[in-house]
Amino acid sequence: MKKNMLIPLFLFLVFYLLSFVINDTIRLDLIGKNQAPSLSHLFGTDWLGRDMLLRTLKGIQLSITLGIVTALLSTCLGLLLSLLATFNPLFDKLVAWLIDLFLSLPHLVTLILISFVLGGGFKGVVIGLMLTHWPAITRVLRAELLQLQTMPYVQISKQLGKGFWWRARHHFLPHLFPQLMVGFTLIFPHAILHEASITFLGFGLSAEQPAIGIILSESMQYLSSGMWWLAFFPGLTLLMMIILFQCFAKAFKHYLERDRSYGHYFNG
Amino acid sequence: MAVAIIKKLLRLVLLLFAVSLLTFLLVSMSPVDPVRAYIGADMLLVSPEQRELIEAYWGLDQPLITQYLQWISSILSGDFGTSLIHRVPVIEVIVDRFFSSILLIALAWFMSGTLGVVLGSIAAMKKGTWIDRFVNGYCYLLLSTPGFWLGLLLLMVFSVWLGIFPTGLSAPIGITASEVTFGDRLYHAILPALTLSIIGVANVCLHTREKMLDVLQTPYILQARANGYAGIRLFMRHGLRNMLLPAISVHFASFGELFGGAIIAEQVFSYPGLGQAVVDAGLQGDMPLFLAIVLISALFVFVGNWLADILYLVIDPRLRKGGSRS
Repeated sequence: MKKNMLIPLFLFLVFYLLSFVINDTIRLDLIGKNQAPSLSHLFGTDWLGRDMLLRTLKGIQLSITLGIVTALLSTCLGLLLSLLATFNPLFDKLVAWLIDLFLSLPHLVTLILISFVLGGGFKGVVIGLMLTHWPAITRVLRAELLQLQTMPYVQISKQLGKGFWWRARHHFLPHLFPQLMVGFTLIFPHAILHEASITFLGFGLSAEQPAIGIILSESMQYLSSGMWWLAFFPGLTLLMMIILFQCFAKAFKHYLERDRSYGHYFNG
Repeated sequence: MAVAIIKKLLRLVLLLFAVSLLTFLLVSMSPVDPVRAYIGADMLLVSPEQRELIEAYWGLDQPLITQYLQWISSILSGDFGTSLIHRVPVIEVIVDRFFSSILLIALAWFMSGTLGVVLGSIAAMKKGTWIDRFVNGYCYLLLSTPGFWLGLLLLMVFSVWLGIFPTGLSAPIGITASEVTFGDRLYHAILPALTLSIIGVANVCLHTREKMLDVLQTPYILQARANGYAGIRLFMRHGLRNMLLPAISVHFASFGELFGGAIIAEQVFSYPGLGQAVVDAGLQGDMPLFLAIVLISALFVFVGNWLADILYLVIDPRLRKGGSRS
């Protein structure tokens, strides 16, 4: 059981850290441009002779960092809002309504809207992803908290005059911790995929950053001239990384298995 | 029934109102200057006085609330404004694009729905065999695949190498719009629709499999098996209806994802639909078009969920009699 969980995580972290170790700057090499994959350039080179393997690794690094930051932020936002919802019935209605509102637009449209408003870039993408991924986890946490509030020990603690934040810290948080972890691991791959999509569309990170979405959208111009490696390998690497993480997340979820309420995450 | 419909419509109006207000406020906060976006490169020729006149003409000097009220009231009277990139009324752009998008989305939706339910049922009926493992693996693989990358791969293989399908657009190049047949449109929509449906299968398939496994655990299935039913007959008589509900609700609820997927697929295949329009509008600051498409996408998602609710009633007779949802 633990093996299933740790091996993908280990591989995932190795790839991630590898991209930090290789601090080789990506050089232009106009003589060796447009080369198909070979032993010296495993992923081939692009139209400026840059090594695609290095570019891909850098892109993956950026994607993962972004994914971690946004997954963390939206988990925190979800926690905050669900706690707020239990604070009093009016807030509860408000939060439920906000969830409905955010789920009423397609994720990608909301993302485009927010990135558009914030003018794109790293900040725009992070805030956009944060604001589109919180509803799923908030819904789960809110349901959990509603149930938790009726528990005898929480009621007793309330009667004993403990304040809301005391109860939140001593009763709610320890109970919600596994949910938060699972929520985080489930949001993370989504955030990465959405980041790549939005960057691909041109609303996300700016063109000089080596994001996977940028690499792929640039490669589109060269596809018709048969340079398949420009699109194939970066995408494949991203896919591999996400699969590794999904394997970990799946095993991790089984490990913490509480109920089946996590199903929502796979919908959006 | 009538009360339920009126309630739903009321919710829709409220929702669209909230979405419109929110998007309007967000867009008006954006760094894009509407005057500059409209005039473009000729901005240098416009003096500050002329600029003020333009702003006054458009009502940009008025408070936000007034602007919003004017915008919403003209939308209610059917006037969505003029698109800045296309220089025609927004409504024309949308009607034009809507058909292409709907064709694409409908194709993808039917393909992924049928395939998902079939694959999911087979996997559940053959639980534990290699078929089940294969279907499961396929679904998890697809859940991790970036949609635009899959589109690029299909484009490379089918259009560039094999040359079977066109590389883009929704009609052949070099003929007038009146000569384009439905067949042409369908032919151009196949590859983007394939991209969308390959990805879309995973969700439906996993849900179907899960629910089918639940159904197979129930006493009535045990009874049916004891009566000698097995395989396809058992599935048709006892399995299908019972597992269809969650699959349908998931598939209708995926309208939002589908719309998002369509944006990406349209961009990859340069297919002129709503998705491409919203990307262009966003990148070039064409706010009337942008706002209109945001509203339409909200409407689209809402209709999807609503249809799912109605289909529940059609499929499950227990719900029609006022019972609670199982």
